[in-house]
Amino acid sequence: MIEGILIGLTTALTFQNILMVMVGCFFGTIIGMLPGLGPMTAIALMIPITYGFDPATGLILMAGVYYGAVFGGSTSSILLNAPGVPGTVATSFDGYPMAQQGKAGKALAIAAWSSFAGGTLSAIYLLFMAPSLSKVSLSFRSPDYFALMILGLTAIAAFSSKGQFLKAMMMVVLGLMLASVGQDSLSDITRFTFNNMNLTDGISFVLVVMATFAMSEALTIILKKNDPTSAAKQVSLTELGSIKINKEERTKMYKTIPRSSIIGFLIGVLPGAGATIASFLAYGMERNIVNDEEKEKFGKGSVNGLSAPETANNAACSGSFVPMLTLGIPGSGTTAVMLGALLGFGVQPGPRLYMTNPEIFWSIIMSMYIGMVILLILNLPLIPYIARILAVPKNYLIPLILFFSITGIYVMSFNNFDIYLMIGIAVVATFLRLYDFPMPPLILAFVLGGLMEENLRRSLLLSNGSWEFLWDRTLTLCILLTTILIVVWHFYKTIIKK
Amino acid sequence: MNINTTKVISLLFFIFSAFYLYTAYQIQVFAFDENAPFNARTFPIYLGYAGLFFSGLKVILPEPNTIKVQHKNLEYKKTGILILIAIIYGATILKVGYFLTTSLFLFSSYYFLGERRWVLMFLLSFPFVAAFMYLLHGILDIYLRDPFLQSIGVMG
Repeated sequence: MIEGILIGLTTALTFQNILMVMVGCFFGTIIGMLPGLGPMTAIALMIPITYGFDPATGLILMAGVYYGAVFGGSTSSILLNAPGVPGTVATSFDGYPMAQQGKAGKALAIAAWSSFAGGTLSAIYLLFMAPSLSKVSLSFRSPDYFALMILGLTAIAAFSSKGQFLKAMMMVVLGLMLASVGQDSLSDITRFTFNNMNLTDGISFVLVVMATFAMSEALTIILKKNDPTSAAKQVSLTELGSIKINKEERTKMYKTIPRSSIIGFLIGVLPGAGATIASFLAYGMERNIVNDEEKEKFGKGSVNGLSAPETANNAACSGSFVPMLTLGIPGSGTTAVMLGALLGFGVQPGPRLYMTNPEIFWSIIMSMYIGMVILLILNLPLIPYIARILAVPKNYLIPLILFFSITGIYVMSFNNFDIYLMIGIAVVATFLRLYDFPMPPLILAFVLGGLMEENLRRSLLLSNGSWEFLWDRTLTLCILLTTILIVVWHFYKTIIKK
Repeated sequence: MNINTTKVISLLFFIFSAFYLYTAYQIQVFAFDENAPFNARTFPIYLGYAGLFFSGLKVILPEPNTIKVQHKNLEYKKTGILILIAIIYGATILKVGYFLTTSLFLFSSYYFLGERRWVLMFLLSFPFVAAFMYLLHGILDIYLRDPFLQSIGVMG
């Protein structure tokens, strides 16, 4: 492991890669502060830029964008009660009341230190857990992978659907259907191309991500007459006050951070769960643990109430890299975008990544830590200035998002058809968004489609067409039972709610 | 049963899944693969049935939270114009080239979204695209096809 850490440090600490972490964190913070534009859009917009880099650098840049976006989301949560990303909703429960009491600077500092500590601790957990899990996952067989993908897709549908499980499952199926377009990987038989040569190689992943996130996000903003930059304008005008944290507040944070980081990391590792659930769980757990006097302060500007979700959401970000790096199966929509980008680089994430591309594996882990330091040193004092950059009118922001999306496809294929297809998918996605059809399950399904078919093919061929492979191995059975449990729990919760 | 737009979308998805399933059955596989436990049409067939199942459930089951979209409050005109500009941009980018079409796309998008600060609009289109092209083509070595700049001798 020491050798791996050194490889990672050597790669991550080059001038170019440190610069990429800085650029990523900075850009991510900007996008994260805009309500509605989350990390997935930010990462999608970065994809064309990464074409010119090696895989490690490209992924380091995207990881920086991810952390930056989560941090930026906390800022608008605390200062305006307008969370930039869903993972920072719980931050606003105590962060916003604190800002209203004239302690905006302090609230931001608590959030930044908690994020830093949560991210650092989870990077350490990842450091120890990922290599061991990589070794364990080498024993995984095709049926296990197939079951794991079913689990991931069901979980993301259950957790991201805001009570609309069937809609999310429809999006999963649509994502898998889009992934099935083009040549079959084994027989080279073309499917669903309707004799159009442009579809022979299938639909590009970048095209789908750009269309369903960046482009449809921009169209939704115009359609709904939203102005995400208005929040940033207000942030730039807010008086922050002191960013110093006193001894009593630090003592409270010392207790909250370790337990919230563990919760956050473990939730992040679970496929589909992610930062939102982690932050809510950590907030709820903290409220149950603290004494009655502190409990009274929750919702009115509690230090513990702010520190817990902030620690957990950053820890969950690192945790979500575990299934992607060790199993090659992304646990969230954001890591699905990164997985797609990695596949675009010709790198196959999974248990063997640890052995075949150690520089990528370790440099991502090391860059997480560097990213945390950069967020703390650079972004915290710079928040009012970053917000000023953001205060560009949406009349400029929207065309620029469209420009980045179309450029991303243009430099990849030099093909008009892909641009039309992207616009078409974006229009459909915008319409579906209006009726609350979630997009992350579609992206995850699109990324996993090919792998899922491959593993099902192998499993069925090995078992001579019998579906017994689903319960032949204990591991496969356990994963499937977990999937069933998630579905049952989800329906039970919905019925109880009614 | 209450008919709302979500149910109409689900019904459309049901029809789409039925079409997908029909097309999946039409996939030509090799003769020796016809009776294999898994061939090129197996997975799409499962997907077709899954689509029918989930969308069918959505159509049949009662809707707990009906989503009502106020169409009167939506900005269809500007969105439509923006989509049209993007289509024109897509149609001309290969023939005219990246620099000119992208700059004009940005400039016209700013205009149709209501911007009238001409200097800023110019700066955030032509020089901005030139700088971005330099970043991609000059620094990151990403090839950008541009017949217009090639014809005037700016690009090799």
